[in-house]
Amino acid sequence: MNAQTISQAEPLVKARNVHKSFGDNEVLKGIDLDVMPGETVVILGPSGSGKSTFLRCINHLEAMNRGSIQVGNEQIGYELRGKHLRKLSARAIARQRRQIGMVFQQFNLYPHLTVLQNIIEAPVGIHGESRQAAEAYAMTLLQRVGLKEKADAYPRQLSGGQQQRVAIARALAIKPKLILFDEPTSALDPELVGEVLATMKDLAEQGLTMVVVTHEIGFAKEAADRVVFMDGGYIVEQGPPDEILVNPQHPRTRAFLSRVI
Amino acid sequence: MTAAATKPAFSPKDDVTELALRDVAHARQPINYSRWLMWAFTLAVTLKFGWMVANNKNFEWHVVGQWFTADSILRGLSVSLGLTVVAMVIGVVIGLLLAIARMSDSKLFVMLSSLYIWFFRGTPLLVQLIFWYNMSTLFPQVTIGIPFGPTLASWNTNDLITPLTAAIAGLALNEAAYMAEIIRGGLLSVDPGQIETTQAFGMTRARALRRIIIPQAMKSIIPPTGNQLISMIKATSLVSVIAMGDLLYSVQAVYNRTFEIIPMLMVAVLWYLLVTSILNVGQSAIERYYSRGDKGRTVATAKPAPEAEAGMAVNLGDAR
Ligand SMILES: Nc1ncnc2c1ncn2[C@@H]1O[C@H](COP(=O)(O)OP(=O)(O)OP(=O)(O)O)[C@@H](O)[C@H]1O
Ligand SMILES: [Mg+2]
Repeated sequence: MNAQTISQAEPLVKARNVHKSFGDNEVLKGIDLDVMPGETVVILGPSGSGKSTFLRCINHLEAMNRGSIQVGNEQIGYELRGKHLRKLSARAIARQRRQIGMVFQQFNLYPHLTVLQNIIEAPVGIHGESRQAAEAYAMTLLQRVGLKEKADAYPRQLSGGQQQRVAIARALAIKPKLILFDEPTSALDPELVGEVLATMKDLAEQGLTMVVVTHEIGFAKEAADRVVFMDGGYIVEQGPPDEILVNPQHPRTRAFLSRVI
Repeated sequence: MTAAATKPAFSPKDDVTELALRDVAHARQPINYSRWLMWAFTLAVTLKFGWMVANNKNFEWHVVGQWFTADSILRGLSVSLGLTVVAMVIGVVIGLLLAIARMSDSKLFVMLSSLYIWFFRGTPLLVQLIFWYNMSTLFPQVTIGIPFGPTLASWNTNDLITPLTAAIAGLALNEAAYMAEIIRGGLLSVDPGQIETTQAFGMTRARALRRIIIPQAMKSIIPPTGNQLISMIKATSLVSVIAMGDLLYSVQAVYNRTFEIIPMLMVAVLWYLLVTSILNVGQSAIERYYSRGDKGRTVATAKPAPEAEAGMAVNLGDAR
């Protein structure tokens, strides 16, 4: 996706002045961020800088204290009625979240269901697709992540890397307009990281809208359209990977990159 | 497999015949004399005890045999089993609702559920049964209506509370309190990441419970529920105090007449043991079902074995 089309389109994610505290601990201190359709945004930053918290605010797994986040035309968790913003019921929030996929650090596959059942659970049970169509699409996705022959295995019979690729297929199965990744490779043995990152890079190239929290600078360099660097609850700097990663302006970005590379 | 011996030496120094003997695939169990001794001793004691019981005239085994399948006993047995099933099913359903209420974010539901559990666990079942049976002396009329408002329907309590309904109400409502805590413990044992995942995918709470949370909680709910079911079978014997004709009641009815107390109690004991044995088998089957997906538990893991064997056969073939 080139810069021209990005600047003309409406952002898919529009975060404004996002504040979040856990008790007295203010974790997010005013985050502004746009994510364009088709864009891959990688969020980098030291541990505890609030990356996961921000990601979880996007689909309202974490309720924020101030500011707003819109995904498409919706504000997850809330509804603007005339001049009043109302909190939505759990059921309505569930409906809003159905267009957003999420991939977790600990995979979180359903251990009592087979790989195939994991993938079709949401399409059949929530999106009302026919079982047959969902299974056919699930097999296509499994082929895409290279795990077609594991359709009938249970998650615990797979390696971590395989589980995470199934989790990615599960997130894709709902045909999401946005996928959130929270450190998808941090729980993996080093030799398994590559296969998961390759799968994600594939998705980025196919124009999926992705927000990725990761410590993998290599992935940011190769797959990101934009890198966002967070520290201490703020976005310190952001821009294309070859600027931020090669020639960072902010001393804290420089310090972080010199530590991880 | 003798084929192993024909495998060519890996290194010139290898003694092929010795390596074949060292192959762990043919290793024998160590001879364990103390284990044999313990088995022999246990067997001897069991046989002696069994012989003593079988030949003890006081047990009057012919009376046991005569009454074991008598109509009145079988009727009592079916009452006991029926009561157990009905009370358990109602108990589990109410228990599930109580557990969910207690874990909800509504303060009112948490309070009501806690109050229920506190009361029904805190008072003896026998007392609860007697209260239910004598409900009509406390509340002669049961009415449905708006509190302090008009009455919609009204019944005479004596028509509603028979020994049967009193027994079911007493056993089921008491059971619900225990099942609520068992189910709550099971739900708490499920990884919070699973609950978060169902939320992220936009599942409703009810669907998440039904499809994802409860099936995973089952693994820790089943064993204590098996315990509860077995206690329940024996707890049904309490209903004999409210003139309900369960197994124990029918046995008592006989020995009150014939004074063959011990053999008649043996009839009841043998039936209780038989039923609980069957339940134990059922419980293991259910436990196996809910641990599918655990490592080394499923058919899928068993599959690679034949493949591995086939692969080895090919290698051996090549070696020849
Ligand atoms: N549920 C919670 N309750 C209280 N504090 C929390 C909670 N979740 C996160 N925090 C705190 O918020 C801060 C930011 O956490 P967050 O997980 O967003 O960091 P992160 O940037 O993702 O770090 P990492 O790279 O280690 O994952 C941390 O200080 C953490 O202790
Ligand atoms: Mg994190």
